[in-house]
Amino acid sequence: MMTLLKHATVVNADGMIETDVLIDNGVITHVTPNIECFGAEVIDCDGKFVFPGFIDMHCHLREPGQTHKEDIESGSKAAIAGGFTTVCCMPNTTPPLDNAAMMNYVRSRSNACGNAEVYPIGCITRGQSGKELCEFGKMKAAGAIAVSDDGLPVSDGSVMLNALKYAKTFGLTVLSHSEDKSISGSGVVNAGENATVSGLRGIPKTAESAAVARDVLLAEEAGARLHVCHVSTAESVEIIRSAKKRGVAVTCETCPHYFAATDDEILSYNTNAKINPPLRSSEDVDAIIAGLTDGTIDVIATDHAPHHFDEKNKEFDYAPFGTVGLETAFAVAYTRLVLTEAIKPTDLCRLMSTMPATILGLSDRGRIEVGARADLVIVDPDAEFTVDAHSFKSKGKNSLFDGWRLNGKIVDVFVKGERKQI
Amino acid sequence: MKRKDILGIKDLSKSEVNEILSTANTMRDMLDRNERGTSLNGKSVATLFYENSTRTRNSFESAAKKLGAATMSISVAASSVQKGESLVDTGKTLDALKTDFIIIRHPVAGSPRLLAETVKASVINAGDGMNEHPSQAFLDALTATRHFGSLAEKKVVIVGDIKHSRVARSDVLLFGMLGASVTVCGPYTLLPEGIDSLGCEVETDFDRALDGANMVIPLRLQLERMDQAFFSSREEYHEYYGVNEKRLKACADDFIVMHPGPINRGAEIAGDVADGAFSVIEEQVTNGVAVRMAMLQLLATSGEI
Repeated sequence: MMTLLKHATVVNADGMIETDVLIDNGVITHVTPNIECFGAEVIDCDGKFVFPGFIDMHCHLREPGQTHKEDIESGSKAAIAGGFTTVCCMPNTTPPLDNAAMMNYVRSRSNACGNAEVYPIGCITRGQSGKELCEFGKMKAAGAIAVSDDGLPVSDGSVMLNALKYAKTFGLTVLSHSEDKSISGSGVVNAGENATVSGLRGIPKTAESAAVARDVLLAEEAGARLHVCHVSTAESVEIIRSAKKRGVAVTCETCPHYFAATDDEILSYNTNAKINPPLRSSEDVDAIIAGLTDGTIDVIATDHAPHHFDEKNKEFDYAPFGTVGLETAFAVAYTRLVLTEAIKPTDLCRLMSTMPATILGLSDRGRIEVGARADLVIVDPDAEFTVDAHSFKSKGKNSLFDGWRLNGKIVDVFVKGERKQI
Repeated sequence: MKRKDILGIKDLSKSEVNEILSTANTMRDMLDRNERGTSLNGKSVATLFYENSTRTRNSFESAAKKLGAATMSISVAASSVQKGESLVDTGKTLDALKTDFIIIRHPVAGSPRLLAETVKASVINAGDGMNEHPSQAFLDALTATRHFGSLAEKKVVIVGDIKHSRVARSDVLLFGMLGASVTVCGPYTLLPEGIDSLGCEVETDFDRALDGANMVIPLRLQLERMDQAFFSSREEYHEYYGVNEKRLKACADDFIVMHPGPINRGAEIAGDVADGAFSVIEEQVTNGVAVRMAMLQLLATSGEI
C-alpha cells in the first residue's frame, strides 16, 4: 500500500519545505516535489503542515488497575487524535510497572490495539517505594524505554545516585519527577498570592527547584543522563540552563499547561487546574517560554493524567492531581507558541518529535526523510476550534483546556504508513 | 439582595455588604426587645458541619429558629458521610429533602462553592478551610459599627496566625470595604505570601502595629502549629504577640478588643483583657445571631430560591 502526500509543507526540526512525500510499506521512500506514482492513494496536503508523528514521552494510561480512568486502548486512540504516533506510559499503575513481565504486557497490549505505539517506562524502584532498584536490564530487554518513579520522587539521594549509575550501565535514561515532598507537604496549588486569596494550601516553588538542583548534581556526579520531567518554575529552567552550559548530560520537558496557563485558574476552585507540579505565576510562564525558545527545554510532553469525573467533582483537596493533554497538546502549543511567534514550526517539530526520539533512542522516527518510519501527522494550521472535552477519545474528560479557542487541527495521522482513524 | 448563596466577602458588592449590616442592626434591636420574626416560617435550614463547632452552629440554628424556620443538624460523624458519601451526593440528598438553606462548614477551601453549584438550596458558608468565614466578619463589623458608627479612617489590627485563618481573610476584605485601614501582624511564618493584595498592611512588630489602633482582633493560637515549626513556644508567642493591658496603651483613645473565640487565656490574649472593660467578646456572640438572621432573611426574600 502506497500513499502519496501532494503539495505538503513538510516540517522537520532543521527546516520546512514544500514537497511531496511517498510512503511505501510503512517507510518514507521519496521526499521530493512532483512525485507521480500510479496506484498510490493520493492525499492533497495543500496548505497543510506535515510533521513527523509526535512522540509523547510522558503520559499516564492507567492500565493495569485504574482502567475506569483510562486504558491502553482508549489512551492510544486519544494519542492518535492528538497527532501522537508514539507514547510512553508512566509506571504508576496498580500494580506499578516494575518488572519485565509488565513491560511485555504493555508492549503486547500496544500491538493488539494498533493505535499509537505505546512504550512502557519502567519504575526506578520496586513498587515505587524509593528503596530497592528494579531490574533495569531485564526491563529494557522486555521493552522499557526509560525508567521513572513519576508521581513520586526518589527521596533518598543515595538511591537516586545509584539509580542514575545503574541506568547508565544499561543505556537507560532516568526521567525524574523532581520534587522535595518535605517542602511541598500537603500543598495543593502554587504557593503565592492566589493560594492566599483562595485559602488553598501552597506548594512552594523550591519543592521543585531544590529537587531539580539535587538531581542535576547527582547526574553530574554519576556521569549519567538525566531527563527532568514537567519543569514548571523559572528557577528550574535556570538550574538546567547552567548545568547544560557546564556540559551535564541533562535534558528536560515542560507541558502545555505550564506555558499556557497560570495559577489564576485555581481561583474558581476548578479541580481540573489542580496539577502537580502546580500551575505557577506569569513570571514562571515567561521563563518557561524563554527556555523553550533558547533550547534549554528540549521537549513538550503532555503529562496526560486522566481521571474519572466523579473523582474530580470533589472538594479541591480531595480531587486528584492532573489534567488530560494528549488531544490538545499540539493545538495549545501551536496557538500559544507558534502563532505568538515565540517559536517556529520547526522548533515545535524539535520539541514534540525530534528531541523525544533522540532522548529515547528511537532512531527510526522523529524526522521526515527517506528511510524513516512513516509516522506522520497532517495538520491544518488555519483551522480554529473550541475544545470540547466530551468529544475526547480519552476516557478522561478532565481537561484544563475545555472550552478554550485554539488553532491548528490534526487532520490525518499515519503510523508505520497506515492511515489511522482520528 | 439578589443572590442564592453567601460564600464569601469576596463575592459581595458594597451595597450588599451595607444591606446585610443594616438588616443585622435591625435584627439586633429585635433580639434586645426579645422579639421573633416570621420571614422564615415554613422554611427548613440544615447545618452541615464537617468540622467541629459549637458556637457557630448554635448561632445559626438560633438565628433560624428566631425567624420561624425548622432546623436540621447533620452531624458528619453520624451520617452517611462516614460511609463515604461525597459532598455532592449529600447536597443532592438535602435538596431532595426540600431543604431551603444549607449552612456548611468544611475543612477544604472552596467546598461551599462546589455545594452551591450542585444544589437548589441557598448555601451559606460557615467557614471553609483557610478561605473565608463571612458571618464572623459581619459580626465583627456589626460590633465595630455599633461601637464607632462609621469605620472610615478607623484602624483594625488582626494579630496571630493569619496564614491559616479564614477569619483574617474575611475580616481584611470586609473592614477594607467599610473604609477602615487593616494591619495584619504575626511572625513571618504565620503571614501568608501576598496577603497585602487583599488590601492590608503587614507588620511583624506587634507594638508598632498597635500604634493608634481602634480595634484589636487576636486570633486563636492553635497549639498544634508549634509541632509544624510555625512558632517556638506558647510563652514566646505571648511575649511577642499576646494582647495584654500594657501593650494596649499604644492604642487610640477609643478602642475595643474583639476575638472570634474560643479564647486561649494567656496565649493570644491575657485573661484580664478578655474580661476587661475594652473587651466586646460577649457582644460579638449576640451580634453573631443578628448577622446570621440577616443573612437568612435577605436570602429568603431575594426571590432567588
